[in-house]
Amino acid sequence: MLFHLFQWIENSGLGEAIRESKWLFPVIESVHLLGLAVIGGAILVVDLRLMGFGLRRQSVRQIASDVQPWLIGSLIVMLISGGLLFTSEAIKCYYHWAFWMKMTALFLAILFTFTIRRSVTVADADRIGTVRSRLVAVVSLALWSGVGIGGRWIGFS
Amino acid sequence: MPYIRQTGRRHECRRCTQECVRYNVWLLSLLTFCEWLANTPGSIALHESLYAYPVIESIHVLTLCLFLGLAVMLDLRLVGIAMRQTPVSEVADRLLPWTVAGFVVMVISGALLFYGIPVRTYQNIFFRIKVVLLMLSGLNAFLFHSTIYRKVAEWNLLPVPPRRARIAGGLSLLFWASIVVAGRMIAYNWFDKPI
Repeated sequence: MLFHLFQWIENSGLGEAIRESKWLFPVIESVHLLGLAVIGGAILVVDLRLMGFGLRRQSVRQIASDVQPWLIGSLIVMLISGGLLFTSEAIKCYYHWAFWMKMTALFLAILFTFTIRRSVTVADADRIGTVRSRLVAVVSLALWSGVGIGGRWIGFS
Repeated sequence: MPYIRQTGRRHECRRCTQECVRYNVWLLSLLTFCEWLANTPGSIALHESLYAYPVIESIHVLTLCLFLGLAVMLDLRLVGIAMRQTPVSEVADRLLPWTVAGFVVMVISGALLFYGIPVRTYQNIFFRIKVVLLMLSGLNAFLFHSTIYRKVAEWNLLPVPPRRARIAGGLSLLFWASIVVAGRMIAYNWFDKPI
């Protein structure tokens, strides 16, 4: 069932166009990498602050709301460019453990970021203990690292 | 009489001047150095390794988040489109140690990637473009810190910094984006010289 879907995606006009073009895949990959830098910065700046490093004089709440548009913007760029890369090699992804690891980590990371992490970053500082915010930062970093490592490893096959 | 240089392949030089010969000797010696590097045991081990090379490559790519992600945050602040309520000096100073740590990892891992494939990388056009862009980026950062940033106290709290700071931030974003793209393209062999 899922395999047929992946097969259909790979054989779609879009997948084929990206696969057959010499430039398209590297160019989309580059966009994906540029998005990586921005999303990495947007996540790190908040997670560092949650752990008590970086921009310590600003409240977590303020930093988080400042970078929120960059986080969402870069996430959209990542999802679109990543989706395009996927269409060109869907069947390879189907058989690659790193792809499934990445998708699992991505699902959990997005879920965690927009629920638990968000509730901590929007709450008043005095209501959230340092242990709790540090824990949230560590989980966030671990999940997003899983996404990054899984993603890089899809390329090695 | 065309002067024939040997930098990987035979090539006829159209401008047979003294400068040209010197230039070729310089290029030739760089190539010789890369060839020597490629024959050192460490380079061969790295080149033939099953996991070391991809692991270093992954470190190089993922450290992008730490180094460039935080550098981009500062650049965006300088341009005046992110963290506008945070003083510029605070973004610069408090994030700097992390950016520097990321940069050190980038340089070491990048040097190792070069060390594993020296001759091909040296001859790769995107690698050369990347090296030039890295120098431009360094120059931009140096000029920024030695001029307008010295007077940061005057514009520290402005949501939108003065023009020169915005230009420095914008140039930095442009250079680094190009460096990332050039870096990614090194892996492709469209313009490699036939062996």
